[in-house]
Amino acid sequence: MKILIVDDFSTMRRIIKNLLRDLGFTNTAEADDGTTALPMLKSGSFDFLVTDWNMPGMSGIDLLRHVRADERLKHLPVLMVTAEAKRDQIIEAAQAGVNGYVVKPFTAQVLKEKIEKIFERVNG
Amino acid sequence: MTQADQRLAEFEATLQANAPQLIESLQQGRFDEAAQMFNELNQARNQGLYQEVGKLTRELHNAIVKLEMDTCATGGDPSPITDATDRLSYVVAMTEKAANRTMDLVEESAPLVNYVSYEAQSLTADWQRFMRREMNAEQFRELVRRIDQYLQRSMNDGSQLSQNLSEIMLAQDFQDLTGQVIKRVTRLITELESNLVNLVAMAGQVDRVAGIQHDRDAMRAEQEKKKQEKEPSNGEGPQMHADIREDVVSGQDDVDDLLSSLGF
Repeated sequence: MKILIVDDFSTMRRIIKNLLRDLGFTNTAEADDGTTALPMLKSGSFDFLVTDWNMPGMSGIDLLRHVRADERLKHLPVLMVTAEAKRDQIIEAAQAGVNGYVVKPFTAQVLKEKIEKIFERVNG
Repeated sequence: MTQADQRLAEFEATLQANAPQLIESLQQGRFDEAAQMFNELNQARNQGLYQEVGKLTRELHNAIVKLEMDTCATGGDPSPITDATDRLSYVVAMTEKAANRTMDLVEESAPLVNYVSYEAQSLTADWQRFMRREMNAEQFRELVRRIDQYLQRSMNDGSQLSQNLSEIMLAQDFQDLTGQVIKRVTRLITELESNLVNLVAMAGQVDRVAGIQHDRDAMRAEQEKKKQEKEPSNGEGPQMHADIREDVVSGQDDVDDLLSSLGF
């Protein structure tokens, strides 16, 4: 299970990486923006994407749209972890095909639940 | 009444006082006289206008000097705005450093704690065997050795952990430093805002003398439209008034409810 963590703040990437490691996911990679993440996804055989929304180059929502529009990537499970909490945005993300939405600040428990839920659905 | 308001009032009073005479001159066909009056009124108005524009220009210049923006343009010391930007970058850098330092210390401490608890569990199992007299002398000697080692390590690890906890506490010192910096920047912004409001008030005076009416509502609507068109999916960052805003969720539970209500 190879996971890509995308966030423009390195401390947040580190926190998520640690939480994933505690859950048993040790094979992780990082990107600091949608623009650097997309090529990594296209060539890297990742199984899961965790991304923030607000990023300077390409935002998480745009990254999501690119992923869903790519023939090889369109079934990639995507979890959004973000401070964006407007209803309209949550709906927008759901309609763009996000598999889970976690708002910051979040707990380890919430992250665990959402990831497990996504994999239940994917395998089910 | 401010001096400015008083001047405006005088100007308007002059206009009012001369109006009846002007009307009479026109009605009586004394066009020369009327033209003369028009000129005088026009001059009074122009003078008023020049005065107000002059004041506005002076204040604008003062504001620029105050914010030291012109020295920036000539390559002098950085302006307060540049200074504020630098300070905020410093805040970001400091908080990142503190967060990483804290996480480093936590990562260092976790294995120590794990060893203490894991080894205690394992020793307990063997200790129980000893208590039930299921141990021979050889095994007991081994147990004693392990317990000795465990005590030694817990002592050392314990003291290392204490130290780490202290350092984690210290690493939070960024809050004081960043707090001070942020307060300065807030002061600068507030001052800037009040200067701008002042300038706007003065521009208002100029408008009044010149008889110009701006459709403020239309201007505001135009701005809103432009803002919407530019980046509809640009976020707002962390919400500070989620509890009173209706278009914002107040937590993960809200998010989950919203999504499941839509069938996601």
